Amino acid sequence: MKSMGQRSGMGGAALAASQPVLAEYGYNLQAPASSVAHHVFQLHNLIMLVCLGIFVAVFSVMFYSLLKHRKSLGHRAAHFHENTAVEVVWTVIPFIILMGMAYPAARVVIDMKDTSNPDMTVKITGYQWKWSYDYLNDGIRFYSNLATPREQIDGSAAKGKHYLLEVDEPMVVPVGKRVRLLITANDVIHSWWVPALGVKQDGIPGFIRDSWFKADRIGTYRGQCAELCGKEHGFMPIVVEVVSEDAYKAWVAKKQGAAHAAAADNAKSFAVAELVERGEKVYQANCAVCHQANGMGIPGAFLPINGSKVATGPIADHIRVVLNGRPGTAMAAFASQLSDADIAAVVTYQRNAWDNKMGDAAQPAAIAAARGGTAEAAAPAAQ
Amino acid sequence: MSLAQTDKYYLPQPSLWPIVGSVALLLMAVGGAMTLREVDHGGWVLLAGVTILLFMMFGWFGEVIRDSEAGRYNKQVDSSYRWSMSWFIFSEVMFFAAFFGALFYTRVLSVPWLGEGDTMRQLWPAFQAAWPTAGPGLTADGLRFTPMGAWGIPAINTLLLLSSGVTVTWAHWGLKKNNRRQLVSGLVMTVVLGATFLGLQVYEYHHAYTELGLTLGAGVYGATFFMLTGFHGFHVLVGTTMLLVMLLRSIAGHFTPDHHFAFEAVSWYWHFVDVVWVLLFILVYWMI
Amino acid sequence: MSDAAHAPDAHGHPAPPGGIMRWLTTTNHKDIGSLYLWFALIMLFAAGSMALLIRAELFQPGLQLVRPDFFNQLTTMHGLIMIFGVIMPAFTGFANWQVPLMLGAPDMAFPRMNNWSFWLLPVAAILLMSSFLLPGGAVAGGWTMYPPLFIQGGVSYDLTILAVHIMGLSSIMGSINIITTILNMRAPGIALMKMPLFVWTWLITAYLLIATMPVLAGAVTMLLADRNFGTHFFNAAGGGDPVMFQHIFWFFGHPEVYILILPAFGIVSQIIPTFSRKPLFGYASMVYATASIAILSFTVWAHHMFAVGMPVAAQLFFMLSTMLIAVPTGVKVFNWVATMWKGSLTFETPMLFAIAFVCLFTIGGFSGLVLAVAPVDIQLQDTYYVVAHFHYVLVSGALFSIFAGIYFWLPKWTGHMYDETLGKWHFWLSVVGMNIVFFPMHFLGLAGMPRRIPDYALQFTDFNQIATVGAFVFGFSQLVFLAVVLKAIKGGAKAPARVWEGAEGLEWTVPSPAPYHTFETVPAVK
Ligand code: HEA
Ligand code: HEA
Ligand code: HEC
Ligand code: CUA
Ligand SMILES: [Cu+2]
Repeated sequence: MKSMGQRSGMGGAALAASQPVLAEYGYNLQAPASSVAHHVFQLHNLIMLVCLGIFVAVFSVMFYSLLKHRKSLGHRAAHFHENTAVEVVWTVIPFIILMGMAYPAARVVIDMKDTSNPDMTVKITGYQWKWSYDYLNDGIRFYSNLATPREQIDGSAAKGKHYLLEVDEPMVVPVGKRVRLLITANDVIHSWWVPALGVKQDGIPGFIRDSWFKADRIGTYRGQCAELCGKEHGFMPIVVEVVSEDAYKAWVAKKQGAAHAAAADNAKSFAVAELVERGEKVYQANCAVCHQANGMGIPGAFLPINGSKVATGPIADHIRVVLNGRPGTAMAAFASQLSDADIAAVVTYQRNAWDNKMGDAAQPAAIAAARGGTAEAAAPAAQ
Repeated sequence: MSLAQTDKYYLPQPSLWPIVGSVALLLMAVGGAMTLREVDHGGWVLLAGVTILLFMMFGWFGEVIRDSEAGRYNKQVDSSYRWSMSWFIFSEVMFFAAFFGALFYTRVLSVPWLGEGDTMRQLWPAFQAAWPTAGPGLTADGLRFTPMGAWGIPAINTLLLLSSGVTVTWAHWGLKKNNRRQLVSGLVMTVVLGATFLGLQVYEYHHAYTELGLTLGAGVYGATFFMLTGFHGFHVLVGTTMLLVMLLRSIAGHFTPDHHFAFEAVSWYWHFVDVVWVLLFILVYWMI
Repeated sequence: MSDAAHAPDAHGHPAPPGGIMRWLTTTNHKDIGSLYLWFALIMLFAAGSMALLIRAELFQPGLQLVRPDFFNQLTTMHGLIMIFGVIMPAFTGFANWQVPLMLGAPDMAFPRMNNWSFWLLPVAAILLMSSFLLPGGAVAGGWTMYPPLFIQGGVSYDLTILAVHIMGLSSIMGSINIITTILNMRAPGIALMKMPLFVWTWLITAYLLIATMPVLAGAVTMLLADRNFGTHFFNAAGGGDPVMFQHIFWFFGHPEVYILILPAFGIVSQIIPTFSRKPLFGYASMVYATASIAILSFTVWAHHMFAVGMPVAAQLFFMLSTMLIAVPTGVKVFNWVATMWKGSLTFETPMLFAIAFVCLFTIGGFSGLVLAVAPVDIQLQDTYYVVAHFHYVLVSGALFSIFAGIYFWLPKWTGHMYDETLGKWHFWLSVVGMNIVFFPMHFLGLAGMPRRIPDYALQFTDFNQIATVGAFVFGFSQLVFLAVVLKAIKGGAKAPARVWEGAEGLEWTVPSPAPYHTFETVPAVK
């Protein structure tokens, strides 16, 4: 952390400066890593300078008057109160200045909106509270969750370097390629934002909005969800790894292998203990934010699972709630988010954890049957 | 009303009615929320609120009517009422504008978006955008409905409302000529037309729910249909009630040929409700 | 004016009922004005305490004081109450006190309805605040109430919607009253273009309110229906669109922000000429500028929605129309500076706040202009840069103008001069504190800190700490303000009818404190 003195010393200069280098001091936009971000950076500097100039001009006049035209200095009030000429001037000049600012801005808007000719397309979906990435060209699909441990947030462990800006599975893209993003959301509005890449696009449930970027430099770029989406809104970061073309190919191959392994699990049958063990992990990763680690939920907002009629009632109903969610509440449909094996595991876990002692188990095959061969069944998540 | 009063302002006494009205709205809001969330006794709280509100309206309007009949309102008060009624109707126009805006937005913009480009390909592959629609998700789930046709009850209702605009104006002419018979019979006709309209609308809703599968839940068509026609119907109900009050007051001998703003206000309101209906008829029923 | 020979006929004024009944039943514009102002002050402390809790949580990264869901409740309620419970009622309070006084009218056009407009506000406040105690807590969906998030919540969300309806009803009735008073109750001789600028700005504000509050009511009614009656206005599965809510909301929301600033312009336009001892420069162009701002304000709403992904043409349109608003606003700033130019300036507390207003509001206006530029906004939307922007226009804009107005008219209302030394303390603590809270937020936003988050990454720590310190300085200096007001009500130097040397206008011709009933017969205006 830089000392405050050093920082504030830079204040005025950094505000007005137009070199991206200065961005590192934290007084300006982040150092741009894509052409759009670069244009935005320069546009912002231009507007800031114009505003600063007008501010200085207007308020030097005012402060001059405050100093010189005081009653205590014996200044007598003049009596003019109208002058059409100056009034026209100070209407027309700002107008011209504004149009001067609007022209470069309009060009950047048009550039940002032009999503044609992509090298690859990734569909991004926001969930409460995680992101999923669907590489439409390579057939890869995965979820990306906050990786910062809860202890760091509670303050019972020291905070790491990338506190709150780290995920378990980053989005990986090759450098120098035009990546088109198809952004949507599953439950409420989220917003996919990576400042250095110059992309912020709301994900609107039920609609696809597109955007694009082309990263100039290899590196790791971090961002956050930028639309209030409920209680964990502050905890759904985005990490984009920009890598070389070769590294990207290797990553794709690895991911595709993992997807096959997950598919194989769905065909297996497990012992109760195995399911409970696996289910606990799934529960912690997907359910505990709402239903809490102790299964007690949050009164008034999230129902408890411990002692719940569903978790201690017929298993088919339980599976159905998890698969389809409860429309109109925060309880999402997990059918497309979790594989058969994971849903089987989490249901079994919920039925056997805490005071729930059902002793029964759901097998992946039962989940597949409950899906009833719907479209989602064809696309189990590769975790 | 004597001329001597016009250089003096009319100032009402302190009044208990507003605070009674506030209590009523508090109870209505709490009771309403309780009912929506299915908390016990919510309905009773709501009912208590509505009762107090009605009580307040009787009391408050009664006071205004007594002041008016006692000749306490001078020219200035009269023109204050005119300004305020105009602005009130403007606010009503904007309220309906929000719902017409929603209709426009979905019909012209968002429903077509759902049926084209990546939104359609990625999310709603089977959806064919067209109006009227219950939307891609509900349609896929098997929801079907028949839209409301224009040339049955809606057309009759249009005729009813348009003629009621004529009868209320005819009543007004009667009042200006101090022809009580014309006033009263014009008002009776208007009230009857308004009530018939409401009856037919109730029938139409019943038909929609039981036979057409057209409900509030029938996607955005059902939502805009019932919101627009429902709020309009509510306004007809309020208008008819006010006309009824005017009728009773006329029978009781209130109003003079040059002092009857209450009557005029109600007829302005009634014409406004009329115009909204014509728009509804064209945009909601006819141009499907 | 008030001749003693009043017979207690229908127009007579027996002494108002005493005690609480006086306030519950009053039809007197001065009483009602005071009620509004007290309500606003109490709400300022309530919503301000929430802000201080927000700032305390944000002092350090990590979760220390509150849980994330409670944090969102604080943010939402802070925003809702500050806007609907502080600034709007305070301005309405000013309108109640000043519009009849300035126009030579005996009272508002509809005194009973005026009472009801006020007494609906505590009802709305009860509905909003009591939800903190309900299961699930208060609303946490942001003051902007976006669905689908707003569809998810519990009973407090319904209560909030109903509270918004009731506040809307209150505002519409209040505005109809104010418009009618202005259009119909002016003393003969006060032509429209001779009205004090404060009255003009309120006339236009009331018009904006009547045009937009019903739209907000429509929007939240659709929310209520989506939540409870199975409609699909904002749900794509049923053919609706969540973004439609944003369009309707901001169609109200943007004019709303001018509702929060036009009366401030009016107050400042009364104060600056007074302490410059010089007539307002460019009266007519001030009126036209205010009207242009109001008209333009209906064409810019989607600048709050650049990140939702609109078609290019729409982005360009909304960007340009938004930028245009800088022109009439600039006219106002230039006119104020020209009014001070070659005046004979003194710096009593009202003037100090007015000067700070001009300067700091302009900073907020400029950050607004930066946000108006669509590509830049896409970077800054939903970051602390926006928070910085709107607190500059709302705190050092709207709130400071309210302070300025209170100091300006308090002697007229109470009959006593306020304590000038304490006033100056309040001013300097507020200006310094306010800048320490909100200036660093620009940097936070540029560096990438989202708004509405209870916890943040480590690189944002320094500026957040500064902001929190500033917030406590600013917050606690408002206790000084409370002290000044109470002191002036209790006693102090006797104020003359014409409190300020440079003061012009009818309100300064009646004694201080202004008698309970003024202008019962039509005053003669030359
Ligand atoms: C009092 C309230 C108020 C006022 C007056 C304004 C005034 C302006 N606002 Fe602001 N605004 C808000 C309250 C206000 N705003 C609030 C509450 C939000 C956030 C809502 C939320 O999301 O919660 C917001 C958000 C907001 C956004 C959206 C940000 C985002 O969420 O991404 C934008 C974008 O365009 C914007 C723009 C402007 C502009 C251009 C003005 C202009 O009117 C400013 C004009 C003034 C000047 C420019 C200065 C004076 C002019 C001169 C000295 C002349 C010379 C100048 C030039 C030629 C440049 N505002
Ligand atoms: C007019 C409007 C107004 C005003 C005056 C303020 C005043 C303040 N605001 Fe507010 N603010 C908003 C309108 C306003 N705000 C809005 C609309 C939002 C957006 C909400 C949303 O995102 O939905 C917002 C959001 C907002 C945030 C962002 C929260 C988030 O995104 O999570 C922050 C953070 O610092 C903040 C801080 C402050 C502070 C420190 C003050 C200070 O000025 C407050 C000063 C404090 C006091 C005046 C209180 C004094 C109290 C005491 C001294 C204690 C004594 C106690 C008793 C007597 C009981 N505000
Ligand atoms: C975003 C918050 C959220 C997440 C994450 C979440 N739930 Fe839920 N869940 C809810 C809410 C809210 C309800 C209550 C819905 C209602 O009101 O009917 C609920 C209800 C349930 C119920 C029914 C309980 C009852 O007694 O009716 C089950 C079972 C359940 N969830 C399982 C899960 C599982 C399994 C997961 C993870 C794979 C999960 N939930 C993740 C919010 C969530
Ligand atoms: Cu997702 Cu905020
Ligand atoms: Cu705006």
